[in-house]
Amino acid sequence: MIKPEIYKALGLEDVDYQRIENILGREPTYTELAMYSVEWSEHCGYSSSKKYLKLFPQTGKYETLVGEDSGGIIVDDIAIIFKMESHNHPSQVEPKQGAATGVGGIIRDIFTAGARPIASLNSLRFGPLSDPYNRYLLVGVVDGIAFYGNCLGVPTVGGEIYFDESYSGNCLVNAMSIGICKRKEVVRARAQGIGNSIMYVGSSTGRDGIGGCSVLASAEFCDAEEEKRPTVQIGDPFTEKCLIEATLEILATGHVVGIKDMGAAGLTCSTSEMAAAGGVGIEIDIAGVPRREEGMQPYEVMMSESQERMLVCVKAGKEKEITEIFEKWDLNAVVIGKVNDSNVVTVKDNGKIVAEMTTSSLTNPPLFDLPYKRPDYLDEVNKLDFNNIQAPKDLNSALLKLISCPTIANKAWIYEQYDHMVQTNTCVLPGSDAAVLRVKGMKKGIAAVSDCNSRYCFLDPFIGAQIAVAEAARNLVCSGADPAAVTDCLNFGNPKKPDRFYYFKNCVEGIISACKSFQTAVVSGNVSFYNESPKGAINPTPTIGMIGILEDISHRITSYFKDEGDAVFLLGETFEEIGGSEYLKVIHGAVKGLPPKVDLEKEKRLHAMMLEAIKSGIIKSAHDCSEGGLGTTIAECCIINQDKMIGVEININSILRPDILLFSESQSRIIISCGQKDIQNIISLAKKHNIPVNEIGRVGGSRLAIKGLIDLSVDDLSKNWRTAFK
Amino acid sequence: MKFGVVVFPGSNCDSDCYHVISDVIKQPVEYIWHKNKKLGNYDCLIVPGGFSYGDYLRCGAIARFSPIMKEVIDFANSGGLVIGICNGFQILLEAGLLPGAMLRNKNLHFICRFVKLKVENTNTPFTSKYDRGQIVRIPIAHNEGNYFIDDEGLKELQKNDQIIFRYHGENPNGALDNIAGIVNKKHNVLGMMPHPERSSEKELGSEDGLPIFKSIVAWLGEK
Repeated sequence: MIKPEIYKALGLEDVDYQRIENILGREPTYTELAMYSVEWSEHCGYSSSKKYLKLFPQTGKYETLVGEDSGGIIVDDIAIIFKMESHNHPSQVEPKQGAATGVGGIIRDIFTAGARPIASLNSLRFGPLSDPYNRYLLVGVVDGIAFYGNCLGVPTVGGEIYFDESYSGNCLVNAMSIGICKRKEVVRARAQGIGNSIMYVGSSTGRDGIGGCSVLASAEFCDAEEEKRPTVQIGDPFTEKCLIEATLEILATGHVVGIKDMGAAGLTCSTSEMAAAGGVGIEIDIAGVPRREEGMQPYEVMMSESQERMLVCVKAGKEKEITEIFEKWDLNAVVIGKVNDSNVVTVKDNGKIVAEMTTSSLTNPPLFDLPYKRPDYLDEVNKLDFNNIQAPKDLNSALLKLISCPTIANKAWIYEQYDHMVQTNTCVLPGSDAAVLRVKGMKKGIAAVSDCNSRYCFLDPFIGAQIAVAEAARNLVCSGADPAAVTDCLNFGNPKKPDRFYYFKNCVEGIISACKSFQTAVVSGNVSFYNESPKGAINPTPTIGMIGILEDISHRITSYFKDEGDAVFLLGETFEEIGGSEYLKVIHGAVKGLPPKVDLEKEKRLHAMMLEAIKSGIIKSAHDCSEGGLGTTIAECCIINQDKMIGVEININSILRPDILLFSESQSRIIISCGQKDIQNIISLAKKHNIPVNEIGRVGGSRLAIKGLIDLSVDDLSKNWRTAFK
Repeated sequence: MKFGVVVFPGSNCDSDCYHVISDVIKQPVEYIWHKNKKLGNYDCLIVPGGFSYGDYLRCGAIARFSPIMKEVIDFANSGGLVIGICNGFQILLEAGLLPGAMLRNKNLHFICRFVKLKVENTNTPFTSKYDRGQIVRIPIAHNEGNYFIDDEGLKELQKNDQIIFRYHGENPNGALDNIAGIVNKKHNVLGMMPHPERSSEKELGSEDGLPIFKSIVAWLGEK
């Protein structure tokens, strides 16, 4: 008789246990119980979210590929595969290894699709740096990403980082990876062909990461988070680098039917999901699994989340050729099982059956239709009368304070620890609106960005999520790319609490509405629930990773001002929108009001106008106007390029109160610059696309001078902006 | 004229070097697997950057025991041109082809950014296409680039004109005497921390690394 404390320790509830007994018609073995616990965990099974995830648009203006573990788009016969995934709880418990294995895991999802990883991005969220533990987390996470990504030779080209109290006790580490291959080289994560072999390849199996997806990722943090450290995996980037090369080599042989990373839930997940995806059964004997520890029990082998391992379905008779390639790279490759026609997963240990169940029972976890409710406190939080907000007497010092807050300040301290140039494709380096990559031998280029303002999502999840998509798209457009498709990483609190689930539901709906409007499909993604500490839930954070396509890589644009005498334009309009703004938070210490409005039709017109202007070569710089408003955006245009900082004289006619004019975060605005000769062209293009346009100044000198409001030297701005992390 | 790019497990700039040789300066080039016990016919060997053997133990310390290194050493000793970039430089130090050692960067972090270098000696097979004293922009990307050598060794380097590149303006990693690249006494083996293969095309923001490859081609052509 199995005692409740046994299955509860695995993260299963009474109803789950009952369901397992009903499925099997008998008492489960401990190995079976362990396998169900990980496959049915929220992290692997998407029990609470599946109903909503189905609603994401899977088609858009580019042809899409949606696979088992990742997805992508097709551009000129090239598949661009990309996905974002969370590694939040492991990073909170053990920042360096948690972040490192997050990078390793997402990169495996890319190359198991047959694509060579060409770039990574990271979206990070921490509590305020005034708390030493948050500083420890930041340093550890950055170190982990550098440790793993640099060794692999996959450049970390971009990302974002925000600081907010809600992440104290539960940081977010979302890792995104992009890979490319020829369309016909894409492989699936499925087992097929009766009699074909199932091979275990890569690193050996240890006791690390047992319960990572169930006990660690699918539960709230309590005070005893230290005790969960053994559930974090340990990364070995050198082995992964060899695994990338060996895997791409075996895929080129044509002998591989399907391949899957052993990530969350390890062997359990890879065997059951490969069998389910292929509509077959699999029988394995785990006696052959290479181990790094003695005396491991079958359930430990099945649950282990040891890194750098994969499961491969190989055509019968071709096992030797596959093994030889792995031997060349000094990696394990062992036949552990066969494909059969049973629809059953059978796990043996030295010939003795230790688990046997239908694949569908493992891969179809119980689904929930969870209740949601708008939090009562929102009405109060949404109230904001800016007449009660006192305008700062000294706008210069307000601007300096804003640009030196960690969310806005220059992030070179972080991205210079990442190799962002290896593979020699990075044509726009980190620090601009989006990273731009060339594809050798192709005229087209790829731009990538990640974005989410979670404060907006907290104040209004639907609009906040729309803005996350709109801003990601706008960042791409500012680099010269056409927004093409989306991956997302949905970070929320405990879904079983209706006020938390309200945020999830509305954010998903916001993403759907924006993606449909932009015709950008959601090709892959990940959900991370239970991001809560004893202090409460994190701000709802639906991180958007977005890929854009440049028709011609030579059309790429950077965000900083270029030449003396160039004209500066503001595209779009500024409204009295300081709700949820960085200004309100940093200068007035308040998180209140409603996020700015976003008009998706207008946003699309802005994109169309920008892309037409960039294509005709008349734009010299473009910078999205976002956190910190016009003041911050224009300041950044002056100082981003450290080798050639340049001033600007701005004169804006406005009836808005000065602080609101400078720091409002109204959407659909871009600061661009162009040569004198193109002024009329810009104006007529804006008119053609019905975009409000204002020529607001001239580039030149060594001061940021906004008439009547701001007068600061670019050196002062640069010093404040560049030293926040040092 | 044929270039060879040595590939260790964990090399990750091998294909970048291959690309520059093959597609930018358009010369024949081949990969050479580290387990090879015999070297084919090459005129210049590139030991590329990366994390050979994961940089475990010490950067380059394991790679130097790969079978191919015996061949590389023989090739160098018989006057063949060898260039080690970043991890390749570290391997050449471990293999004894170049003097000195690498310490961790002064700030204890990995650093990836463009730096300025001063070309100190143009009288080598690797630098004839530069002007002496020229300031060039080439990126670095390493954790252990803080070059060190004892006083006597440093004097030797200086006396024999073996210091080829020095960091200019800012010393990013604490390297002794601002050393970014050196050659052996015979001037046929170059080791440098900055990555010329990352700055040989306009799209990448600098072509200042290209003269190194062009110098090699010119030198081999005259030979």
